[in-house]
Amino acid sequence: MKVLVPIKRVIDYNVKVRVKADSSNVDLANVKMAINPFCEIAVEEAVRLKEAGTATEVIAVSIGDKSCQEQLRTALALGADRAIQIDTDQNLDSLHVAKLLQKVVEEEQPQLVILGKQSIDSDNNQTGQMLAALTGMAQGTFASAVNIDGEKVNVTREVDGGLQTVALNLPAIVTTDLRLNEPRYASLPNIMKAKRKPLAVKPAADFGIDLAARTTLLKVTPPAERQAGIVVESIDELVEKLKNEAKVIS
Amino acid sequence: MSVLVFAEHDNSQLKADTLKTVAAAQAMGGDIHLLVAGHNCQAVVDAASKVNGVTKVLVADNAAYEHQLAENVSLLVTELAADYDHIVATALTTGKNFMPRVAALLDVAQISDIIAVESSDTFVRPIYAGNAIATVQSLDSKKVITVRPTGFDAVATDGNAEVVALDKVTDAGTSSHVSDELSESERPDLGAAGVVISGGRGMQNGDNFKLLEGIADKLGAAIGASRAAVDAGFVPNDMQVGQTGKIVAPDLYIAVGISGAIQHLAGMKDSKIIVAINKDAEAPIFQVADYGLVADLFDALPELESKL
Repeated sequence: MKVLVPIKRVIDYNVKVRVKADSSNVDLANVKMAINPFCEIAVEEAVRLKEAGTATEVIAVSIGDKSCQEQLRTALALGADRAIQIDTDQNLDSLHVAKLLQKVVEEEQPQLVILGKQSIDSDNNQTGQMLAALTGMAQGTFASAVNIDGEKVNVTREVDGGLQTVALNLPAIVTTDLRLNEPRYASLPNIMKAKRKPLAVKPAADFGIDLAARTTLLKVTPPAERQAGIVVESIDELVEKLKNEAKVIS
Repeated sequence: MSVLVFAEHDNSQLKADTLKTVAAAQAMGGDIHLLVAGHNCQAVVDAASKVNGVTKVLVADNAAYEHQLAENVSLLVTELAADYDHIVATALTTGKNFMPRVAALLDVAQISDIIAVESSDTFVRPIYAGNAIATVQSLDSKKVITVRPTGFDAVATDGNAEVVALDKVTDAGTSSHVSDELSESERPDLGAAGVVISGGRGMQNGDNFKLLEGIADKLGAAIGASRAAVDAGFVPNDMQVGQTGKIVAPDLYIAVGISGAIQHLAGMKDSKIIVAINKDAEAPIFQVADYGLVADLFDALPELESKL
């Protein structure tokens, strides 16, 4: 079966973002970028399905300008077979992304689409679920285990009180949580090989989707800074402060 | 103008965070209707009818909604949406799971995880793990919103709303529930506790989390963990506090053996009072702590327990 893995180029998770002085957005100039950590887990899961003989082909897709080809090459180095870049320099809402991916799903007919549960920039946690709704597929979000079982996939999900397992008819959508797997490092030979794997570029405009903005970002501000407090010398002093100064224990 | 709020529950109890989501809905303006979708969930309906500010409780009690599968619930909410300007759910696992489906089926954008309501179409939400705060205006006619409960104060529960049973059943038939494996705990919910004590990689192993239990018992606290402690396999993931785990804002948060990575701070820095216990005086957690104690946690925790 074919597995489609949509991935996103985001700020590296170790970088602390700064807000622009004019409050228009965060400042991404000259900031290190990387594949979104949850998307990397999605690629790893797809590659493991291929190594296990369950998947026959792994296709990575990303939406953005030419720079996201870097992350597609990363996915290819990790083991994806081919890649598609949907070319646009527009800032898209999750709904637009899901609509573009819907077209890719219609064309490629994957049995499974694996996405990260959220991107660490916009923290929306929407695209996988929206794609599932648009394609009419079932979804297993926040997955910590994925097991293909004939015509179904069993997905164990991280929920508030613990774990929940659901059975989904294939084709289906899975979104990854952190514990699903630990992504491998790409080896140098695989990075070299990835440069020769096919990467198709398709202009977003060719998909015939209305990409007019649904939201307006009015401003972006830094969060309220917490003042560093005091260092106490002993447990006695700590307990005394919590009782009498902060009044949070009695 | 009216608002449909999805009640978060487990068929026996209405989750307290729903009261905070209703508070957010009040700020959007209009009549508020609360939807209870579940199975054999009369106790939840009773509690829902007492939530202040709610004029009507809609009840969809059917086996198709027992586990609140996203495929089924999203169809129900989408059908009901015709009568509402705002469709609102709590940003907990259930709401996060099905709401984007509703947005897509209605062909509107979703605004996730709001922490404030500026007006009926403008909302405030954290981005980049809370390192930036965005003010976003929705241009769609219907607004689909999830609410981060820590941003709002719960409404009271002495109301008396009308209860209306829905006979609609929407079963997509594409998914089924297999099993639940829920953590059994006598302690309060992480999201609802007034005091949270969390351990990090400095705890060294899962057994050492017992050192937190005595303190948690004395303070009536929930126990949390950093992602590092979860990744190291010390404790299960449902204890994780952070960008990718639970977001908490208790009156008192005690971070033990936690260095304070930005992903962890994202989950707890709105707490009223933060205490950090760490033997590394340079740990970033001290930059957000109201009270810091530089000490070996294996000495500090037993002493703290004995002095509470």
